[in-house]
Amino acid sequence: MARVPIIEIAGLLVVTVQEELHDRDALRLQEELTDRLERTGSRGVLLDLSGVETVDSFLGRLLTEIAQGARLMGAHTVVVGIQPSVAITLVELGLELQGISTALNAARGLSRLRHLLAAEGGRGRT
Amino acid sequence: MGAHETSDSMLPIAGEDDIINARQFARETARRLGFGAVDQSRIATAVSELARNVVRYAIDSHGIVVIRGLNDAERGTGVEIVVSDEGPGIANVEQALGDGFSSGRGMGMGLPGTRRLMDEMQIDSAPGRGTTVIIRKWRR
Repeated sequence: MARVPIIEIAGLLVVTVQEELHDRDALRLQEELTDRLERTGSRGVLLDLSGVETVDSFLGRLLTEIAQGARLMGAHTVVVGIQPSVAITLVELGLELQGISTALNAARGLSRLRHLLAAEGGRGRT
Repeated sequence: MGAHETSDSMLPIAGEDDIINARQFARETARRLGFGAVDQSRIATAVSELARNVVRYAIDSHGIVVIRGLNDAERGTGVEIVVSDEGPGIANVEQALGDGFSSGRGMGMGLPGTRRLMDEMQIDSAPGRGTTVIIRKWRR
């Protein structure tokens, strides 16, 4: 069973998925992440999928729900590291992950998160 | 079909863990047959969708995945995957193939999405008779 670490760095939550997720692992990640958002008051989530080879309709939908749930708790989510083959497959599958912010890699994702948080100014929950 | 079958492997599905087993097995077979990274992803994702249907809808989540390499005089090398179960079956296959149709917790994207990822898809199903889905992809 996959354990997905959630690490707090400089007020952001960084999630790195390093192996294929069973459905229950993905659902547990969703719960743990929202729990951590409540406890830390973090306003940004970086979700790194560079280690994921397959994103099917279940995981794709859950990623959208994770981002939406985080948003309801005052946090922005940026998904990074989607492999080229996964990107093509997701589009053909009909899942464009609408409403999810994405970036090519972790570095660009971090700057995107900073930009989103800066644009929000002091109005977020901290 | 006229295709010569080059290999034949069977994988039982008995629960959620087998979704990943089935798709990784399909990916490895595709890689061995010379499919590129994008096609490997398409094939693994299609199998993931079909295996999840079995886990969600079949009786006791039980079904069988058969994966075989194909060698056709005209189309060259391909892969065929047959996913079958003895579940409740699909009453209206045409409807199930339409985007947005879902009878359960899915997004209604499983079957139409799977068809878009593959070159060929056939569904044999009727209420009470279970479901057999055959998908094929040919190497370009």
